[in-house]
Amino acid sequence: MSNVLSLTTFLPILGVLLLLFIPKDSKGVLRNVTLAVTIVTFLVSLTILTGFQTNADFQFTENVPWIAAGPFVMRYNIGIDGISLWLVILTTFIMPIAVLSTFTAVEVKVKEYMICLLLLETGMLGAFISLDLFLFYIFWEVMLIPMYFMIGIWGGKNKIYAAVKFFIYTMVGSLLMLVALIFLYFKGMEAGITDFGLLNFFSLKLDMATQIWLFLAFAFAFAIKVPMFPLHTWLPDAHTEAPTAGSVILAAVLLKMGTYGYVRFAIPLFPEAAHKFAPVIATLAVIGIIYAALVAMVQEDVKKLVAYSSVAHLGFVMLGVFAFNVEGISGGMLQMINHGISTGALFLIVGFIYERRHTRLITDFGGLSKQMPIFATVFMIVTFSSVGLPGTNGFVGEFLILLGAFESQLRWWTIVATSGVILSAVYMLWVFQRVMFGELDNPKNQKLADLNAREIAIMVPLLVMIFFMGLYPKPFIDKMDPAIKKLVAQVRVASVEAKAIPGAEAVQLPAGHPPIDQSQMQMPLPAGHPDIKMASPEQGTPAVNQHDAK
Amino acid sequence: MFDKVWLIPLFPLIGFLINGLFGKKIKNEAIIGAIGTLMIFLSFLVSCGILMQMIGLPAEQRVFEKVLFPWIHSGNFKADMAFLVDPLSVIMIMVVTGVGSLIHLYSIGYMHGEEGFYRFFAYLNLFCMSMLLLVLGSNMLVMFIGWEGVGLCSYLLIGYYFHKKSAGDAAKKAFVMNRVGDFGFLIGLFTLYWWFGSNHNIWTINFVEIKAASHLLPYSGVVTVATLCFFVGATGKSAQIPLFTWLPDAMEGPTPVSALIHAATMVTAGVYMIGRMSFVFVKSPETMMVIAVVGAATAIFAATIGTAQNDIKRVLAYSTVSQLGYMFLAMGVGAFSAGIFHLMTHAFFKACLFLGSGSVIHSMHHALHKIHSNDDAQDMRNMGGLRKAMPITFLTFLVSTIAISGIPGFSGFFSKDEILWQSFSNPYHGNLNILLWVIGALAACLTAFYMFRLVFMTFFGECRINPKAKSYLHESPLVITIPLMVLGALAAVGGYLGMPKLMGMLPNYFEHWLEPVFELANEYGSTYAYHGAHPSHALEWGLMGLSVVIALVGIGIAFTMYVKNTELPGKFVATFPTLHRAVYNKWYVDEIYDYLFVNPCKALGQFLWKGFDVLVIDGVVNGVANVVMGFSGIFRYMQSGYIFNYALSMALGVVVMLSYYLFK
Repeated sequence: MSNVLSLTTFLPILGVLLLLFIPKDSKGVLRNVTLAVTIVTFLVSLTILTGFQTNADFQFTENVPWIAAGPFVMRYNIGIDGISLWLVILTTFIMPIAVLSTFTAVEVKVKEYMICLLLLETGMLGAFISLDLFLFYIFWEVMLIPMYFMIGIWGGKNKIYAAVKFFIYTMVGSLLMLVALIFLYFKGMEAGITDFGLLNFFSLKLDMATQIWLFLAFAFAFAIKVPMFPLHTWLPDAHTEAPTAGSVILAAVLLKMGTYGYVRFAIPLFPEAAHKFAPVIATLAVIGIIYAALVAMVQEDVKKLVAYSSVAHLGFVMLGVFAFNVEGISGGMLQMINHGISTGALFLIVGFIYERRHTRLITDFGGLSKQMPIFATVFMIVTFSSVGLPGTNGFVGEFLILLGAFESQLRWWTIVATSGVILSAVYMLWVFQRVMFGELDNPKNQKLADLNAREIAIMVPLLVMIFFMGLYPKPFIDKMDPAIKKLVAQVRVASVEAKAIPGAEAVQLPAGHPPIDQSQMQMPLPAGHPDIKMASPEQGTPAVNQHDAK
Repeated sequence: MFDKVWLIPLFPLIGFLINGLFGKKIKNEAIIGAIGTLMIFLSFLVSCGILMQMIGLPAEQRVFEKVLFPWIHSGNFKADMAFLVDPLSVIMIMVVTGVGSLIHLYSIGYMHGEEGFYRFFAYLNLFCMSMLLLVLGSNMLVMFIGWEGVGLCSYLLIGYYFHKKSAGDAAKKAFVMNRVGDFGFLIGLFTLYWWFGSNHNIWTINFVEIKAASHLLPYSGVVTVATLCFFVGATGKSAQIPLFTWLPDAMEGPTPVSALIHAATMVTAGVYMIGRMSFVFVKSPETMMVIAVVGAATAIFAATIGTAQNDIKRVLAYSTVSQLGYMFLAMGVGAFSAGIFHLMTHAFFKACLFLGSGSVIHSMHHALHKIHSNDDAQDMRNMGGLRKAMPITFLTFLVSTIAISGIPGFSGFFSKDEILWQSFSNPYHGNLNILLWVIGALAACLTAFYMFRLVFMTFFGECRINPKAKSYLHESPLVITIPLMVLGALAAVGGYLGMPKLMGMLPNYFEHWLEPVFELANEYGSTYAYHGAHPSHALEWGLMGLSVVIALVGIGIAFTMYVKNTELPGKFVATFPTLHRAVYNKWYVDEIYDYLFVNPCKALGQFLWKGFDVLVIDGVVNGVANVVMGFSGIFRYMQSGYIFNYALSMALGVVVMLSYYLFK
């Protein structure tokens, strides 16, 4: 049980090995085996969920030596806390759904497609569980390649442009991150850090200038992935050209890499810089919310509309995360999961009608409710979840984000962002009306079949989650709460220190100093400082000692 | 009984699930209708039980909070799924479940044979559940589930005939306008939560807790901001200026929907919300004034539009907007219990009017359908003289019309007169009071006019319906007329619950009942109220008489124009063509909104997409790519693959290096 995390992550790779032995013409077998692999992965991941202790520690940790090359020491250092837990579960949950959605959609090169999907799953899971910066970077890049192929090979008309755009956009960001990573490592070495373990760097004190540059490099890489305005233009293209499963995974999980990157890396590693840039990032997030909503409103292609709605939703996540309080970050984390479910479902819905009509132009539809009542119901529920109607998942996240942001220094940003609530209703209901309501006057639509059993089976788990998370979000919030509290404390302490001791960078540690304990770092503060809530040492200390976890 | 309060929203939820999931398979209209009606009727019974128990308790024990399960807990924020039973919410659940039951029953007859009968009942039950959550929620967030939930059901039910484009448009418009209001509600909630939290470390959105801490709130300032935001929410939900235009369009929905949602219950949510938080609102004199002014303005503005509409349901829709204006006027002048009282009487007579108009439309539709006529079954110009064919409908309709017009002895008189009197005599708005009263009285005159115009055009005079169809006109079945009779009776006598003290025959039970709810608000209000001499009883009697005269004048004008001299309206239109066109076209408010908001938004979206996204951002992205490609296009000639090229460049290199060393 101790390495169930590794098992979950690499099960898809085992699946790839299995697929290699299946002839490429037996498409049915290939599909079913892939589905089985992803389902088994999901089931295994449930043991993580059940075994997860509700506390702030990293759990299911593994830490073994991996590469030692000159000064560089990389370790296979993994583990999850309440923040990454739900993203891991989201990934394993969405994969079987994505695979099942391809059963009739993809007919060429099925074997390669399935291999891509499984590789992608390992990449995503790996990125969420990595506690070693270098390992994270590897997985981050691993995700890129299968997605590139999925868009480039199985995509639509303009697939090459979209695939290359996706690849280069992301690559530019990740190279900057790589440079920053190496620089950070050397900084760490000066302070006695001996490997890429993430937790070491949390206690590393950096001067403001360094923090700013490093934060900008990380933030840029993550902002592209989120994507934040104005770095978002790869997304509509990638989404429109990608096959349905690709879009679903892209929206549900890959975009979360960006926001997760902020929560896990950019903010706790460079808290002072994060605080400094919070207004800038919040501004971009709010512009993204309004801008994407306005642009979504006038789209002619349903899929592009959904893509732009993603930009708006993730703008909300960013706003919540940069509120730096428990409500905001919890809301942001919830919204990541919600967005995965709702927008994933929307892309599936677009896929359903695309498979039937081979068009995604809104004007080609109208009045489908009459012909496809089940589809209409499903579409409507998902629409309202995306709009954030209370009682559905979308509301809880959005509400906590806005509440948290309103409490923080971002009050004015929040008021503007809240108006996005109106705009989201406008564009979603308008597209719903144009596709589903009205006369069924296009003869090509009059014979459309309603959802079949497989399609219903795909949607049911998503619908269940929409209502479950909307009506009883407590288990989700409770599990992530301690980790978020710890993060908030970490960030807050850092900002206080930055104010309390202007020359914090002057505190240079001798080389070979043991990993710095956060509770020690608090010492220079005046006793009884009001802003510090980190009373117990175990809250501040990284839970796992990096070197002898096993 | 109090702790069984959760059953009240649960029953309709069960009804929704049964009909929504299995209704299509059940098929049998009787079973579907029975399930839907029974479920809300069960809620009504539970509500009655709660009311009975509450009557038996002393006033200070009438507040009870039931926590069902924890909902959203994060950081300091805490919102449970919890219900609040108090005198105010009991009135609301009685109205919602009582009127709701009657309208469900009515719908069995009215919706008979409609495609998607099960869908209708499922939505109607879902609506009732949401509305009950709204009025029972013990914190703002549970209220907000109901708040948006009723918006959703309104959307679904307005768009019930979704194949009609106008229905789809109206549904979307209703939802979006409500969302504009919801935006205000959320900001108001955030402001209040943040203020209490950051200043007093009280992190709450619970009504009881806010009430307990409300003495900490300052007058004006932050409270004005928060309450104005909440009021924006109320204008959206309750169709007040400036967010009223969705309600008339909402008449695209089936008529029982108009009766239940767009007259009796949902649209009163804004009034209820102000009542629920009266102790916050009253702390801002500015907001109170805004509410009073907006309410009075809406009352008269909508009434003018109502005078020129020919669609029977549209007249009633504008009438609803106007009557809601009265309720807001009441809230704005601090007459909270009068506002809630008018909410209740209005629920009776307006539901009866809508259902009556539904009965007329049902009959007209049936008759016109028989002769394959395409005439509009809702246009009053096609009606006339229906009182003979539909006596019960006529009688109940007439009673409700008298009630809404404010004729003494009927329910509307008591509630409306109370509001007019309070707007004149309230201690808050100084000289504005006279203006408020004048506007209110004028609107009352218009109300009497357009309502009797409606009655005369529909039920009196000669029958203007196609003669062939005339013989098919008939009274509606019992399932439709029973609710009409019950509501008609309530419209007649419901007012005696809240007779003004002045008349002295009965105590004002209603005001007394709500006293503990609004006590605190009145106390806060008295700190800045104007303490002058109380207007005399003689004045009160005088104004009461005046308002009756005004109503009679309205009726008289309607009688002259639509019964005695039926050519008068035509002459009037000919004399004032511009005025008539402006009124008939609802003062062009929709067009103005299109011009100011809708079109610029679309244009901006187009510009941002084609102009900024594609041209600027992608222009830069593709431009960089092209520059790189351009350079590589040049540099690739260096990699030609020909040995002699490389040899040449090597030789050149040697020459350059040698010359450097030679000539340096």
